[in-house]
Amino acid sequence: MTHHLSVEDVIADLLGQWGHDSYNLLQILIGVQQVFSHVPSAALDLIADKLSLTRANLEGVIGFYSFLHTQPRGLYDLLISDNIVDQMSGSRELAGLLAQRLGVEPGTTREDGVVSLGYTSCTGMGDQGPAALVNNHALTSLTPQRIEQIAGLIEERMPLGEWPQELFAVSENIQRRDLLLDNDLQEGAAIDAVVSRGAEQLLGELEASGLRGRGGAGFRTALKWRFCRDASAAERVVVCNADEGEPGTFKDRVLLQADADRLFEGMTLCAGVIGASRGFLYLRAEYLYLLEDLQQELQRRRDANLLGEAILGQAGFDFDIEIHLGAGAYICGEESALIESLEGKRGIPRIRPPFPVTEGYRGRPTVVNNVETLIAAAMIAANGAEWFRSRGTDDSAGTKLLSISGDCKRPGVYEYPYGVSLETILHDCGAEDVQAVQVAGPAGQCVPPSEFDRSIAFEDLSTGGSIMIFSRQRDLLNVVENFSDFFVHESCGFCTPCRVGTTLLQKRLHKVVSGHATSEDLVMMERLGSLMRESSHCGLGATAANPVLDGMEKFPELFAARLKSTSFEPAFDLDAALEEARQISGRDDAGAHIEGGGI
Amino acid sequence: MSRHFVIDGQRVPFEEGETVMDAALAAGVYIPHLCHNPEFHPHGSCRLCMVTVNGRHSAACITPAADGAEVENNSDVLMAQRRTLLQMLFVEGNHQCPACEKSGACQLQAVAYYCGMLAPELTHLYPKREVDASHPDVAIDFNRCILCELCVRASRDVDGKDVFAISGRGIGTHLVVNSESGKLGDSQFDAGDKAAHVCPVGAILFKHRGYDVPIGERLYDLEPISRVGDVAAQEDYNG
Repeated sequence: MTHHLSVEDVIADLLGQWGHDSYNLLQILIGVQQVFSHVPSAALDLIADKLSLTRANLEGVIGFYSFLHTQPRGLYDLLISDNIVDQMSGSRELAGLLAQRLGVEPGTTREDGVVSLGYTSCTGMGDQGPAALVNNHALTSLTPQRIEQIAGLIEERMPLGEWPQELFAVSENIQRRDLLLDNDLQEGAAIDAVVSRGAEQLLGELEASGLRGRGGAGFRTALKWRFCRDASAAERVVVCNADEGEPGTFKDRVLLQADADRLFEGMTLCAGVIGASRGFLYLRAEYLYLLEDLQQELQRRRDANLLGEAILGQAGFDFDIEIHLGAGAYICGEESALIESLEGKRGIPRIRPPFPVTEGYRGRPTVVNNVETLIAAAMIAANGAEWFRSRGTDDSAGTKLLSISGDCKRPGVYEYPYGVSLETILHDCGAEDVQAVQVAGPAGQCVPPSEFDRSIAFEDLSTGGSIMIFSRQRDLLNVVENFSDFFVHESCGFCTPCRVGTTLLQKRLHKVVSGHATSEDLVMMERLGSLMRESSHCGLGATAANPVLDGMEKFPELFAARLKSTSFEPAFDLDAALEEARQISGRDDAGAHIEGGGI
Repeated sequence: MSRHFVIDGQRVPFEEGETVMDAALAAGVYIPHLCHNPEFHPHGSCRLCMVTVNGRHSAACITPAADGAEVENNSDVLMAQRRTLLQMLFVEGNHQCPACEKSGACQLQAVAYYCGMLAPELTHLYPKREVDASHPDVAIDFNRCILCELCVRASRDVDGKDVFAISGRGIGTHLVVNSESGKLGDSQFDAGDKAAHVCPVGAILFKHRGYDVPIGERLYDLEPISRVGDVAAQEDYNG
């Protein structure tokens, strides 16, 4: 918001900060966006010139990320979290109130350039919504009173730093603790374990623990680390995936806020095991508010010789961690897209093989692990495999942090042993009269009450942590629509089935919800959805049709109830299509409408 | 023993490092494709070359050939899926074949015929897109772009000019030109560039030339694409 700075000076600073390295392009663009509320045309040419890139290349990167713009946003850039859980707690109404109060339509910037208003994908505050972002800083627990207050602050041009702190308060909201949250780690204990016992023995311990990736895919952590360690290379890389973008999940937020020390310990442990010297924490833009504390924690660890050169006095054990920010792209939670983004590019998932463990960041063998996985690894290094195996099932050892939101009395973070049933979870969080539970976000499964005896485990309901609860008062088709809209917004656009299929599905679904569809449309949705599932380039495309396919399978009556009985209905509203003609002819009498005969 | 896989019952030999597509093309087996051109690094975005390898769907152009693999290419299921993919490409842009100079030599049209796509059943998106006629020799009709990125790859990897890039995301993904105005005429593009000769559809077209080869006598009017191959490899259409 400091417009007196010159583009040249700001860019010179940023280039210096980021080592004049074209691989840091995204971080440099984020820096420019933060200062000028867009990336001005002059900045494009200047950066392109200094980094030997093209202007079009920069436009491509900016065009990919939701939070980068080539046109100025308002001094106050407000984005309302549009996840279904935020909507259920009234976010759309609050956005309407804000729009009215500030005189700005959602999706636009006010003429005086003071404020922009829009919607964004889930900001990771499902337990304390409705939530929003102002210049990427999280606003929580919004109420009509708070909207009034915010509108007032904006009209007064109050600098963000002087806004009342309670507007930005994010509570941890831990409702149930188990193995990970109940136990502490003595600082340096995990790193000491690899230094004193050696990488091979540590890998053996990790293997015996049965630890699997907590992001949802469940790949065996020891195996991933071993592949990377065995790949021949001069340099290896550790990446922590803190791009927690799955709608309805927020448990990494809590870990990053309360457990950054254990996370960095886990990353350093991994570095010691695989022989990496470089580490990255890829932090989603929505969690910008955590950045300063995380940087401080890194510095504290450097000062304590837990990062940097000769860690814990061990010659040759050199490792440090940089934090990179995301810029509003769900797909960057996919590990190869995340690596592309770390390299300053559009977040398009890579062709695999090669896998990141052999060719990752800048072609170097790279381990990408979720926040929770790295913390669990650190705890296993310190406490042993048996300790970890004391919870969970044979195939799913240990515990899982769940982010529980939606229709329940006590939303928040719950740590359960793997194998816990949905019934138990619903009872503990005070959910009653439940119609369905969405497990693992929009890409996951919608579970009806007849299956509430199923359990959270890799062998049954696998999840990165998102659990959204819908009571019988909710219209599930609204939920399915919200999820389909999400995938339209977040498809990277690379492959045909996902790029086009997400939009076609959205349109057909809208036809159903608005009461214009026939059974033929359901057949088409099935056809489009299974094609997307089988032919997409990555996991996002392969699961983007899940809400529709799953909804039609588990709740067929909801879809059937909206169908017209005719065999064919046009994909558009005939009467609405006449609107332009009515305007041109200046007519709005009965005869100018389909019901009136259209004469 | 040389290594081989079996595609629809036919043995296809391959060398280490080849993809299913490389080996199939070398053996004269046609697998429908649009974004693939053997002169460039494979891309895997159009997904038309989807086959099943030992029962699993994968894009032939980016799948390493494996010894003894069972590959299915011409099955009814795969052809039906390709027809839907083709329809997606048709409704995503604005493709008016009868009014297009590339008709008859267009790979999108030819693959659609080959796969038996007769009419689009999907909802047309009718996007608003521009025509860029700013360059003296070549015009770009963005209505017909299918985002194969062949021009992007050719300009970057062969011409060394990086005239093109991809911007936007999702259904808003689009081709951009590297110049301050965004116009081709203000870029370093030249009609002699490799990038001017790789477009599989009618998005990048030469000016001052129209219907040199009459309709009815064009590349894919005479023989199916499975026999004559990619239009980019035909000199008559890319001179």
